[in-house]
Amino acid sequence: MNTPKNLLYTKDHEWARVEGKTAYIGITDYAQHSLGDITFVDMPKKAQALKQSTYCATVESVKAASDVYAPFSGTVLSVNETLSSHPELVNQSPYEKGYFFTMELSDEAEKKNLMDASGYEHYLEGIAE
Amino acid sequence: MKKTPLYETHLSLNAKMAPFGGWLMPIQYEGILAEHAHTRQGVCVFDICHMGEFLLEADPVSSGFDRIVTQKISSMSPGSCRYGFMLNEQGGVVDDLVVYRLKPDSWMLVVNAATIAGDEAHLRKYLPGGCVFENVSGKTGKLDVQGPQSRDVLEDIFDGSLAKLAYYTFAEFFFGKDRCIISRTGYTGELGYEVYIAHDRVKELWERLLQDRRVKPAGLGCRDTLRLEMGYPLYGQDIDTGHTPPAAGLEKFVDFSKDFIGKKALAEEQKNGPQERLVCFQAGSRRSPRHGFALYADGARIGTVTSGSFSPSLLTGIGMGYVSGEHGIGARLTVKEAGVEIPVTIVKKPFYRKPSI
Repeated sequence: MNTPKNLLYTKDHEWARVEGKTAYIGITDYAQHSLGDITFVDMPKKAQALKQSTYCATVESVKAASDVYAPFSGTVLSVNETLSSHPELVNQSPYEKGYFFTMELSDEAEKKNLMDASGYEHYLEGIAE
Repeated sequence: MKKTPLYETHLSLNAKMAPFGGWLMPIQYEGILAEHAHTRQGVCVFDICHMGEFLLEADPVSSGFDRIVTQKISSMSPGSCRYGFMLNEQGGVVDDLVVYRLKPDSWMLVVNAATIAGDEAHLRKYLPGGCVFENVSGKTGKLDVQGPQSRDVLEDIFDGSLAKLAYYTFAEFFFGKDRCIISRTGYTGELGYEVYIAHDRVKELWERLLQDRRVKPAGLGCRDTLRLEMGYPLYGQDIDTGHTPPAAGLEKFVDFSKDFIGKKALAEEQKNGPQERLVCFQAGSRRSPRHGFALYADGARIGTVTSGSFSPSLLTGIGMGYVSGEHGIGARLTVKEAGVEIPVTIVKKPFYRKPSI
């Protein structure tokens, strides 16, 4: 599994790329691989308030629908509109073209609740066992 | 959990495995969408060894076998097969099956995996004691070869007379020294064949098929999206003992000109019509209805989704479900589940209109 070093990760397999007070949010390579072909993503609305670790989006594959949880508290700045017609980008490019949305963080200290790349890799090894 | 003779082969192909009808089966290899598209455009092979096969020696009329199936089987010619149902006395569907007439008094019945034991009990209950009946599921392998290129692929392995097989007919062929039955049947809507071969020869045939670069392995994931796009029912979801074939819109597989178990109940139901009818519906978005979601019309609960998925061909959600009341083609319904609302429109089956079948 691909686990870029510059990202933070949740136990629910979301990733966040933090740039100052804003962050790009998506689901991990492990998540997209487990779900299989992604067919639909239900996004939060622009300006929607999010709370860390609570529901923020739905991702559907051919077989099932799964909830996505907000890695941080804050406000949605923009959503990746391309996914509405090309959800397969989540499979093809989970960390770049397949990001879900950007958000402004309300509390940067929440970073301590996320894992770095090596922590997430270790976490995935635990799941595999 | 039971495993087919190809279990290790699936693992070596990195298949995602999951339980289905008591069996650990491959759901996908490369991906459901890719396998779906390759079946529609090329040719795929499916491991269907989990399904059940029975052999029966019986005169169809004097044994009562003809009464057990909703289709008239006494009029079938040897070398043909027919799709129909076994019903209980209440008209509920015990199983859907394909009957193969091997010889005038010799039959093969192909049934669903999860219902093998129940079907055997049902058949033994209604067949006379003297009948030769054998459940050969444990020694019969089954590979489905489906897709517009399936004929070309199989002609290269078996002899050329295969090309002459008409829809819903079959013949005996040889794979090396081993006899097998090949029928021009399937569950995908595409030109396709189902190959029955001894359990211990399945692996060799599977490998021979995959040596052909045109052929890809496909799992039960796309088998489900392919059959749903054709509006074919899945036993246990879309048809069951709680519903009759007319309620499921499948009366064309019921022959009312002859006697069959459950006929009285169906005639009774016909007086006022079924309480619920199976309808097909399409979503206006990529969002998928799912099995068990509720169906609403004008704010009132009218039914439940029995099958639902993303349609790889239509690029929208599609589904089937039983609804009460009159809801014709074009009626707008809403699929609801836990805060999600999916507007859908009732459509005519099949969903997919360009099959190569």
